[in-house]
Amino acid sequence: MAENILTPEEIIKRGELVFKKTKLMTDANLSYCPGCGHGVAHRITMEVIEELGLEEKTIGIAPVGCSVLAYEFMNVDMQEAAHGRAPAVATGIKRVYPDKTVFTYQGDGDLAAIGTAETLHACNRGENITIIFINNGIYGMTGGQMAPTTLPGMKSSTSPYGRDIEMMGHPLKITELIAMLPGTAYVTRQAVHKPALVRKAKKAIKKAFELQQENKGTTFVEIVSNCNSGWKMTPVESNEWLDKNMLEYYPLGDIKG
Amino acid sequence: MTEEIIIAGFGGQGVLSMGKILAYSGITENKEVSWMPSYGPEMRGGTANVSVIISDERISSPILQNFDTAIILNQQSMDKFESGVKPGGLLLYDPNGIIRHPTRKDINIYTIEGAAEAAKQKSSKTFNMIVLGAFLKIKPVVKMENVLKGLKKSLPERHHHLIPMNEEAIKVGLEKVKAVQTL
Amino acid sequence: MEEIKLMKGNEAVAEAAIRAGVDAYFGYPITPQSEIIEYLMTEEPYKRTGMVVLQAESELAAINMVYGAAACGKKVMTSSSSPGLSLKQEGLSYIAGSELPCLIVDVVRGGPGLGTIQPSQADYFQMVKGGGHGDYKLIVLAPSTVQEMADFVELGFELAFKYRNPALILSDGVIGQMMEKVVLPPQKERLTDEEVDKLYGSWATTGKKKGRERNIITSLELKPERQEAHNHHLQNKYKKIAENEIRFETFNCEDAEYLLVAYGSSARICQKTVQLAREKGIKAGLLRPITLWPYPSKAINKLADQVKGILAVEMSAGQMVEDVKLAVNGKVKVEHYGRFGGMVHSPDEVLEALETKIIGG
Repeated sequence: MAENILTPEEIIKRGELVFKKTKLMTDANLSYCPGCGHGVAHRITMEVIEELGLEEKTIGIAPVGCSVLAYEFMNVDMQEAAHGRAPAVATGIKRVYPDKTVFTYQGDGDLAAIGTAETLHACNRGENITIIFINNGIYGMTGGQMAPTTLPGMKSSTSPYGRDIEMMGHPLKITELIAMLPGTAYVTRQAVHKPALVRKAKKAIKKAFELQQENKGTTFVEIVSNCNSGWKMTPVESNEWLDKNMLEYYPLGDIKG
Repeated sequence: MTEEIIIAGFGGQGVLSMGKILAYSGITENKEVSWMPSYGPEMRGGTANVSVIISDERISSPILQNFDTAIILNQQSMDKFESGVKPGGLLLYDPNGIIRHPTRKDINIYTIEGAAEAAKQKSSKTFNMIVLGAFLKIKPVVKMENVLKGLKKSLPERHHHLIPMNEEAIKVGLEKVKAVQTL
Repeated sequence: MEEIKLMKGNEAVAEAAIRAGVDAYFGYPITPQSEIIEYLMTEEPYKRTGMVVLQAESELAAINMVYGAAACGKKVMTSSSSPGLSLKQEGLSYIAGSELPCLIVDVVRGGPGLGTIQPSQADYFQMVKGGGHGDYKLIVLAPSTVQEMADFVELGFELAFKYRNPALILSDGVIGQMMEKVVLPPQKERLTDEEVDKLYGSWATTGKKKGRERNIITSLELKPERQEAHNHHLQNKYKKIAENEIRFETFNCEDAEYLLVAYGSSARICQKTVQLAREKGIKAGLLRPITLWPYPSKAINKLADQVKGILAVEMSAGQMVEDVKLAVNGKVKVEHYGRFGGMVHSPDEVLEALETKIIGG
C-alpha cells in the first residue's frame, strides 16, 4: 500500500496538483470532528489573508468554544480571548494598531450569548475589524448544550426535549441585529457545506477583509455551520439537516453592504 | 503654622471652588496644602463641604474631625460642624437662612451677609468670594496678592474676564465681615 | 520639564499617564474615579502624544481591550473602583496567565455589593490575594499621596514590563478625590515597536514579520503537565519579584514600643496618630507598606522583636491584618482596627484603639 502514496513533490512533478494548502494553515492536525465546518472556514479565512498579502500585518483572535485552539492552526500572530470578549480584545488591538488587520473568529455561544454586549458595541463603534461568526446552533466544545441560536424544538443536552420557546426564549438572529448598527459596513450570512457555497463564503470573507483595509467599519461574516457530533448525526445527515432546517431560520445572503 | 478649615454649605454655592482658591493661594506661598471634598450625589442640590489644610509642614491626615475654622453656609452644616470647631477657633457664617445660630461660648464667631451682598452686586456667583474676603480679614492665612494668583490659577482661561468682579467681591467681604463673639 | 500643580489624585494619575508615554487607556466611568477618564478625554492626549483613550461599554470590555492592546506590547492601562474591579477579575486572571504587562488603577470604595461611593480599603483581599481564578499575583502599589498617584504610574509600568506582569495601583476615595501639590514628571515619548522589541524582546503580537515564528498570546494549555510547568514558571517569577521589589517606609520606628501598620490614606491618618501618641508619652511608630504584594513581611517580623504589640489599621473589617499576623508569626500581639463601609477613622480613634486593644489589652 505504502508505495502507492505519492509525496507532494511527486504529485507536483506529475502536474496533477489540484489543491495546495495555504501556508497560513499550520501542519498541526485539526482538532475538529470529521465532517465539521470549522476546518473549511479556517482554511478559506487564511487563504484570503494570504491572497490579500496580509500575512505580516494580521492579528487574529481565537474565542472560547470548539475553535479555542484556532491559534494552533492559523499561522499568523494570534491571541486567545476570554469567553465572549474577542470583539473587545480586537478593539484594543485595532486602536493601538490602526494599520494592522484584525479579525475575530467566534462561535455562537461566544458571540451571541456571553459576548453579546462586546459584539454589539464593537460593531456599533464601527471598529475596523472583521468578525467571522460560526453559527451551528449548539455548544460543541462543552458537549452539546443549547446555544442562543438553537432552533425551536431542536434537541441539545440542556434542551433534551427540544428547545421550548416559552421556557427558553427564541433563537437569536444576531446577524440581523448587527446589520442594523450604523457602524457595520458589510454584514452577510454564508455557509460552507457545499462546494459552491464555500466559494461564495470565501468571496464574502475576502470582501470583508478588503473593506477593513479601506477602514469602512466593522465587517461581519456569519457562517451557518453544522455540528454532527452535537447534533448526533452523521456528517452527511448533519449537512442535509442544516440545509433543510437551519437555512430556513437563518437564510443565506448579504444583509447589508 | 497649620490652618485646618472646613467650608460647608449647599452644592452650587461655590464651596469647593472657594476651597480650591485657598489651596492654590497656599501653594503659591510654597506651603503644603490639601483639599478634600465631600463627593458623590450629595453634591447635586444637597450639602457640599470641603476640608482645606494649609501648613508649613507635611500634611498627615487630609480628613478633619476638628477645625481651626469652620465656614458655614447653611443650617445643615451649622448643625453638623459647629461642635467640631476647636476651642478658641473660628466659626464664620452667613446668617441668611440660619434659624439656629451658634451657641458655643469658647469660639470666635463672625458673620458675613454674603448672600445679601451678592444680591446687591447683582451676581450670585460672587457669593463665595465675598465669604472668602470675610475669612481672610479675620485670618490672613495667605497674602491677598497670592489669593488673586490662586483665583487666576483655579479659573479656566475663558473665565479670566470675571477676575476683576471677583476681586471686587473679596473686598466687599473684607469690609462687611462682623464680629459676633470674640474671645 | 518638571511642573508643580494642585491636582486630585485621579487627575494626577491621568496626567502622569500621558507624560509616561502610555499608548492607550480603556475605561468605564464609576465613582470615585471618573475624573481619570474625564481628565483624559478633556486633555485629548491623542493630539498630544498619540495616546488612545476609549470609553468602553463595561469594565469587562475595558479590561479585555487592555488585554488585546497589552498583547501587542503596548503600554496600556485601565482604572475603576471596587465593583468595577470585581467585573475586571476575569480579565485580570487571563492577563496574569498570559503574562501581559499593563497597569490597573483601583480607587477603592466601600462594599459589599453596590456599597457606597465613600472611601474604603476593603479591596485588599480581591486585589492583593487574587480575586480572579488560579494562582497568580499582581504587583500592588499603594500610594498615600497625590504625588505617589502620579509617581506610581511610571513605577507600575516599569515593574510590569520588567517582569511581564500586570501591576496595580491600589488607591482609595480619599487619595483619588483629594487635591495636593504634585510635581509632574517631564513628558516621555511613546515607544516605537522597534524600541519595545529591543527593550523587552519580541514576544508581542505585532503581525508575523519575516524571520520570526508567529507569536501567540494565550493562557490556555490543555495538557496539565504543561499547564503545571507554566505555573512553575509563574511562581518562579513571583519569587523573583518578592526578592527584589518590596517597598515600604517607616516613621518613628527607631525607638518604637508599639507599631502601627497601615497603607494608603490610613497610613497618613496613622502618622498623625503616632504624633498624638508621642505627645502622650506613648512610643508609637508606623510601618507603611508601599508594595502590598510583595508584602514587607521581613521588616514587620524584625520590628516584632522590638515592639510590644502591633495594630494593623485599615478601612476594612480586617484584611491586611492577616498578612501582618503571618509576618509576625505569633511573636507579639497583633490586632486590627478600622472604620469601614465608607467611614474613615480619625487619628484619635486609632489612638484610642491602640490604647485599648494593644497597650491596655
